[in-house]
Amino acid sequence: MRFTKKDILDIDSLTREEITYILDTARGMKEISQRAIKKVPTLRGKTIVLFFQEPSTRTKLSFELAGKRLSADTVAISKSSSSIVKGETLRDTVRTLESMKPDIIVMRHSSSGAAYQVAKWVKCAVINAGDGTHAHPSQALLDMMTIQEEKGGFEGLKVSLVGDISHSRVARSNIIGLSRMGARVTVCAPGTMIPMGIEQMGCTVAEDMDTCVTDADVVMMLRIQKERQGSLLFPSEREYAALYGLNPARLALAAKDALVMHPGPLNRGVEISTRVADGEHAVILDQVTNGVALRMALFYLVSGGTKHADSN
Amino acid sequence: MQIQIKGVRVIDPGNIEGIRDIRIKDGLFEAVSEPGQLPDVAEASQDVNVIDGQGLIGVPGLIDVHVHLREPGQEYKETIETGLKAAAAGGITAVCCMPNTNPVNDNAQVTAFILSQAKKVHAARVYPVGAISANLEGQKLNDIADMKKAGIWAVTDDGMPVTDSQLMRRTLEYCKSLDIPVLVHAEDKRLADGGAMNEGLPATVMGIKGIPNAAESVMVMRDIALAELTGARVHFCHMSTAQSIEAIRAAKAKGVRVTCETAPHYFTLTDADIPAYDTNFKMNPPLRSDKDRAAIIEGLADGTIDMIATDHAPHAEDEKQVEFDQAAFGIVGLETSLGLSLDLVTRGHLTLIQLVEKMAKAPADLMGINNDIVPGNRADLTLIDMDTDWIVNPDAFVSKGRNTPFTGRSLKGAAAFTIVDGRIVYTRSSSF
Ligand SMILES: [Zn+2]
Repeated sequence: MRFTKKDILDIDSLTREEITYILDTARGMKEISQRAIKKVPTLRGKTIVLFFQEPSTRTKLSFELAGKRLSADTVAISKSSSSIVKGETLRDTVRTLESMKPDIIVMRHSSSGAAYQVAKWVKCAVINAGDGTHAHPSQALLDMMTIQEEKGGFEGLKVSLVGDISHSRVARSNIIGLSRMGARVTVCAPGTMIPMGIEQMGCTVAEDMDTCVTDADVVMMLRIQKERQGSLLFPSEREYAALYGLNPARLALAAKDALVMHPGPLNRGVEISTRVADGEHAVILDQVTNGVALRMALFYLVSGGTKHADSN
Repeated sequence: MQIQIKGVRVIDPGNIEGIRDIRIKDGLFEAVSEPGQLPDVAEASQDVNVIDGQGLIGVPGLIDVHVHLREPGQEYKETIETGLKAAAAGGITAVCCMPNTNPVNDNAQVTAFILSQAKKVHAARVYPVGAISANLEGQKLNDIADMKKAGIWAVTDDGMPVTDSQLMRRTLEYCKSLDIPVLVHAEDKRLADGGAMNEGLPATVMGIKGIPNAAESVMVMRDIALAELTGARVHFCHMSTAQSIEAIRAAKAKGVRVTCETAPHYFTLTDADIPAYDTNFKMNPPLRSDKDRAAIIEGLADGTIDMIATDHAPHAEDEKQVEFDQAAFGIVGLETSLGLSLDLVTRGHLTLIQLVEKMAKAPADLMGINNDIVPGNRADLTLIDMDTDWIVNPDAFVSKGRNTPFTGRSLKGAAAFTIVDGRIVYTRSSSF
């Protein structure tokens, strides 16, 4: 197969075949990170700009390592160092960046759709590292990579997704991606965090946490944003943890070999108890490891690479 | 200057429906008669403009009761001159301008300024609408009688809706005694909560914060209750939801003095039509669901919705070429309103007579003016060419605003001539 996408903007624009191809490529890339010399010359001479308008440590680091392991030159600019704070428009900022001839812009932005707009304004490749509450394709793909590694595939798997679906780009991208790959996705949250029409995106809404988790093959917990406490979305962390937290008793309702996932960073004792987070079902650190490989695959593919990474 | 229109099909609901010759002199309709009855214009008079009315439809000058002209203060978006010329190009002979200028039209000086600026322009007329509260802050009533004397015919806080129910009650009572209507932009800002499009599946998919229908309808319901309490005249602006229409239908049946308008985009588009993050589809209230669109059309057909207004809201390109949630609300409408509304007739939702009622007669009734085509009346007239096909091209707009969701849309029907105060202020060039 030839991978012809210039940009990775969301999961919705990827076909089932393209997702499979990205995951296959990422598996090949993972081996590179396990070598003593973790670097291949594949993208030597390519420039990747990491343009993060919103604070992020983990995702930015993951993209940066991915670029470096492929020998690309990576440059990071953040909100404080970019002229956005001085009132420059996003369009002007990215067109200025493009004039310096990068090959790929990786961007994170607080506004939904920002990556879409930027992709229209510039000619180089754009990878969306999270835009508002819209999409976070590389996170969903690394989650899928982790599930595939552990479960062998997606067909018929029951995946439970618990947390603030309304404000989660990770949830949206996973719901679309996993349902496209054949998994059955069930979501659960207080009514304040379930957006209108979510069922039509390919999931069912469970009425409570126990129903949601029962017989699940994968339980994916979303980070609850503490600053939303008391903002009318939920009254207190204590009550949220009681109703929607993943603890050993609830996890016992899931399948015997269920995976516990979390995009991080964790709020221990709120959405996930320490025993579960550090327990044998958790693959949270594998997700992080796979993140680097998956992002290497994305860089490779949007740069025009169509052969399997092994051939390097 | 005189104008003689020969053999035009006149549709003036309740007054004329048929072929007429019309003579206009000194700003007034001089004669309106059966074809062939008017004596020929004296050969000697050079300044008679003769229009062959064959194939055209003559209607009372169209009136748009909800327009943002941006002057004073935001002349980079639109000026009174460009806005009134854009109206003329759209076949509109009079516009009502909203008070959210800078400074706000909350005193007689600003009202007088707007009227004096408009006087310099040979295009549509302007009927200013004053603010309810000082600087639109929802705290203190303005000197409304003073503004009325200066030329306003209604008040509204439009985009800064009156939250305080007591202030609204007092506004209605006060305006009732002045016999002017209160225009309501029905929106509970707490329910809208900073949303940028309709709450529903498209917003959920795009990750854009939604504005629920209830943000509009709860305020419609509140102000119906206050209209009933006070007996004042309440007019609801740019209605977009099925629930609002339902509430207004029930209120009218009960005899409450309410009227309402919708805008062409609400009967033409839905939230599912928004191309990925295209900010030219962002306005407030937002494009709703198909169910709402159908309810708007039904409300127009059964008379619940009295009139069509554009909510013409020009913005500079910079204010739209930004992130969707940060883009300015609003689209231009003056130059597409007639074409889009005629589509309702083409598709059989409204008769041409009903459309003229909604675009010319009902607005005049609301404003307390008489725009009948009868001798002695001020000659404001729109001549429509029903058969002309054209494609919406923002670069050809007279308005400074280019922010339209209708770029590239094929429309049928447009104003051929716009006549205001007995002068031709717009002639459609044949190059279209
Ligand atoms: Zn308004």
